Amino acid sequence: MIRKRVVLTFPHEVVSQPVVYHLVKDYNLMINILRARVTPQEQGRLVVEISGSKKEMEAGMNYLAELNIDIQPLAQDIKWHESKCVHCTACIPHCPTNAIFLNRDTMKVSFDKQKCIACELCIPACPYQAIEIVI
Amino acid sequence: MFATSCVTVSCEFYRRLINQRIRRGEAVVVTAEEIIDIVEEKGIKKAAKEVDVVTTGTFAPMCSSGAFINFKNSKPKIKAQKVWLNGINAYAGLAAADIYLGVTELPDEDLLNKVFPGSFKYGGGHVIEDLVAGKPIKLRAISYGTDCYPKKELKTVIDIKSVNQAILTNPRNAYQNYNVAINKYSDRNIYTYMGILKPNIGNANYCSAGQLSPLLNDPLYKTIGIGTKIFLGGGEGFVYWEGTQHNPRVKRGTNSVVRAPAGTLAVVGDLKGMSSEWLKGTSITGYGVTLTIGIGIPIPILSEDIVKYTAVKDEDIYTQIVDYSKDYPNGVNKSYGEVNYKQLRDGHIEIEGKQVPTGALSSYNKAREIAKILKDKIKKGRFELAKPVKSLSSGE
Ligand code: SF4
Ligand code: SF4
Repeated sequence: MIRKRVVLTFPHEVVSQPVVYHLVKDYNLMINILRARVTPQEQGRLVVEISGSKKEMEAGMNYLAELNIDIQPLAQDIKWHESKCVHCTACIPHCPTNAIFLNRDTMKVSFDKQKCIACELCIPACPYQAIEIVI
Repeated sequence: MFATSCVTVSCEFYRRLINQRIRRGEAVVVTAEEIIDIVEEKGIKKAAKEVDVVTTGTFAPMCSSGAFINFKNSKPKIKAQKVWLNGINAYAGLAAADIYLGVTELPDEDLLNKVFPGSFKYGGGHVIEDLVAGKPIKLRAISYGTDCYPKKELKTVIDIKSVNQAILTNPRNAYQNYNVAINKYSDRNIYTYMGILKPNIGNANYCSAGQLSPLLNDPLYKTIGIGTKIFLGGGEGFVYWEGTQHNPRVKRGTNSVVRAPAGTLAVVGDLKGMSSEWLKGTSITGYGVTLTIGIGIPIPILSEDIVKYTAVKDEDIYTQIVDYSKDYPNGVNKSYGEVNYKQLRDGHIEIEGKQVPTGALSSYNKAREIAKILKDKIKKGRFELAKPVKSLSSGE
């Protein structure tokens, strides 16, 4: 059993298709929709947690790729707004990977996107809405 | 009620000398961080001779805050009975066009904690941030109508320039020391005004600028008193009274520094001269909204004792670890150990044999910036020291 959190971007011609239904029914995947935004004539964005066996996951991902649905790991969609950050450090103990970290000389907080696993634990901890999920 | 400290004649003499030096651009001003090295290098006697002023700073959520606003009355006039600014209720039990907006006020339709934990995206503190940033604010007022104030409903837009007065008035700010908060007993995250606390003592949150914090540099309130001029929200303000919950009678170290929450300041200033960089609307998940405020206070070096106080280091300032899952909500006064601000700022403290990561609600980085800004202002002769007219109660 593997689990992935991904952002799916649907081209406008696919927005009206029952894609999630097929992932569940045909590929036996469990889908937990975390966020969704659909602009009917343009495109759709779906943030999902998908779980299933390795084989089923691969087949499901191929199906999505055939439909020209863009698949990105969720990590790419966490945004840290430096201008809103006051460098308080309230988020620091919540980040499991040190993606958001403190320079203890300058007492300044920074964000390393490469290390972020998009667990979202920092988001409710920030009192200034300086960390955001972009979907 | 008020003990005498540095409101005496000799203190006044030195303060006047310092102000003369400030006016001539000759004052030697250093921050509360810099004085530590100076005292270490030169000793207290020499430092006292060389330094005129030490600047302090703090930047943290301060819930007991708000603003009195007098909006330009309408034609015909209204005796505002209930008022909302951007949908946030402001208290209107004052004269016709006067209102008071509290920073923790929420919109009437906020879901609060119904979908737990609530996110509290916008409230009184955010309105104050927007107002001071120069943004237009929607005002709605209703009333019952009188002969002299016939209007029953007013919908208009105000901004910081169009209002007659906007006075930031905060009855409890700049807490001298504060608890370290942990979650010892609950098996889930708890959502407190000290931030999110993970179960099983998963983290420890604190809220003080430690060695930079105003009242930790003047532990016995020798120089900070009623009438002290301060940096408030990027503008100028004054201490107008001891703050609510001011309690100087807590445990102190041999250096006189309090080892638990103690003194507080009531402060006031003209919102029109402030900046949204130093007044930030704050959303605390599962708890509510507030305002984060930048405060800086200059400490005149009037004696060797005062230099000694300002040279206090993070490792010499201790505070208590308090459980917010069971003890605090039930009013149980219990400490799970004492830690100092060096340990807290280093990122880990030990509690019951376990290394616990720390997080802060106050920004040390911003406190440092405030102390520097204030230092520059004083050095350039743009900020003179005001003589307190009365000392704060020191419990003596
Ligand atoms: S989303 Fe998770 S990993 Fe990324 S910065 Fe926030 S807490 Fe760290
Ligand atoms: S909690 Fe928010 S404001 Fe504070 S350091 Fe983290 S990102 Fe910055």
